[in-house]
Amino acid sequence: MKKLMMKGVEAIGEGAIRAGCRNYFGYPITPQSELTEYMARRLPEVGGSFLQAESEIAAVNMIYGASSVGKRVMTSTSSPGFSLMQEGISYIACAQLPAVFVNVVRGGPGLGDIQPSQGDYFQATKGGGHGDYRLIVLSPSTVQEATDLTMLAFDMADRYRNPVLIFADGLLGQMMEPVSFEEKEVTYDNSAWALTGAKGRSPRQVTSFNIDPYGLEKMNMELQKKYRQIEANEIRYEEYRTEDADVLIVAHGTVGRIAKSVVKMAREEGIKAGLFRPITLYPFAYEALSNYGEKTKLVLTVEMSSGQMLEDVKLSLCNKTRIEFYGRMAGVVPTPEEVFAYLKSLIGRQ
Amino acid sequence: MIHSIIFAGFGGQGVMLMGQVLAQAGMNEDKYVTWFPSYGPEMRGGTANCTVVVSDEPVASPVVEMPTEVVAMNIPSLLKFEPKVKKDGFLFINTSVVDRKPQRKDIRIIELPANEIAENLGNVKIANMVMLGGFVQVTKCVSIDSVIEAMRYKLSGKNSDLLELNMKAIFEGAKHVGG
Repeated sequence: MKKLMMKGVEAIGEGAIRAGCRNYFGYPITPQSELTEYMARRLPEVGGSFLQAESEIAAVNMIYGASSVGKRVMTSTSSPGFSLMQEGISYIACAQLPAVFVNVVRGGPGLGDIQPSQGDYFQATKGGGHGDYRLIVLSPSTVQEATDLTMLAFDMADRYRNPVLIFADGLLGQMMEPVSFEEKEVTYDNSAWALTGAKGRSPRQVTSFNIDPYGLEKMNMELQKKYRQIEANEIRYEEYRTEDADVLIVAHGTVGRIAKSVVKMAREEGIKAGLFRPITLYPFAYEALSNYGEKTKLVLTVEMSSGQMLEDVKLSLCNKTRIEFYGRMAGVVPTPEEVFAYLKSLIGRQ
Repeated sequence: MIHSIIFAGFGGQGVMLMGQVLAQAGMNEDKYVTWFPSYGPEMRGGTANCTVVVSDEPVASPVVEMPTEVVAMNIPSLLKFEPKVKKDGFLFINTSVVDRKPQRKDIRIIELPANEIAENLGNVKIANMVMLGGFVQVTKCVSIDSVIEAMRYKLSGKNSDLLELNMKAIFEGAKHVGG
């Protein structure tokens, strides 16, 4: 298959187009503006619509509208912009509409900086907006995986009629790697719910509102039933050299691949290290990870945050092993060397 | 074999492109490659740099603390990255701009007056490709042919008239270090 050198954010854009996305609404923000640019250039070539909205709030509501009429639609932003979108995302989740969001996470809180971070993990996986809802959250660690997961995101969004979030960071977004694209026929069926004009059928409604609490509770129950299905079917993770590992590193996204280097370094020095890399952040691989409680003597979670995924790691392992954490915040990227040094200090090695 | 290279210089010296051409050349040889730029305020003034990994196995970390090779196109880059080169690694210095000597004795130093060679070829802007030619000739990280192929790809379309000049720069750089 022919390979192309692409930036992470461009590969996400191309993946979206190949997945049948023909509508993009967004507002530029570093470090993902190249994705907005890419869509501006590519969508007219394939007969799609690109629109630069006046704000992220406008963009998310355009997504809401386009999705209601059954279009494959995407937006992308970075942390502060994603915060602005939360109200709309909650509406889209309640109305059970498919849509793909990309958050190329940067250092925070507040306006923060423009360097890579994973500090939006709580926001991505535990809500973010108001109410009882979930996003399916995918965390790629290579440019190829960013493309593949973006294509998957559109299928998942349609299958579950639920918003899906690509959780990337500035490092993955700006990095270039070879990418190849799988030729895939795009098929999806929204004929049962999309608002296409009621000609020849009874009218439909897409709404996130129900003034009757019993009625709204029923809507909530439907959502919860759907989330249980997602949890049963869609958990994804990678295990690397874990067969005999007594030291396990848990890391996702680009930190996941940095941790892979740490595992290699550790193995060279005779330390039986392995990597557990969650790919779906929601649904989280609680059960798969819990198996390591008895098998390991140490689980080290590494994140570009103060320890957010760490809470899910703790939930998985229920104190059955020693749990430690190493994190860098605010846009500082940990190097394999510093993580390895910390790992060695934990197990009393020079 | 894993090569991890930091290309560093002033914004405008074309260090990002050097890295991209090398990564593209590595891909042409079916190697695993990553290219990662430093971006943000650091790009204005001071040094701009990018990290390239060229490897026979999938690249784990794209972030490298101790590179096997560093290309320093200006003084701030030398100061920042000389201490980081892995023992027995290579440090390439653009002596047209860097007027001081490196301190390390445990690494291999390659000096190349890239700007002068480029000027002699008629355009100082191709100093980066002169350096890249020298780099590839010494490290054998990829073949010169793959670099030319990558350059041809990068300059396809409206910039194709620049290909010949860039090829000359690559060959001249290689020749200078004994190619």
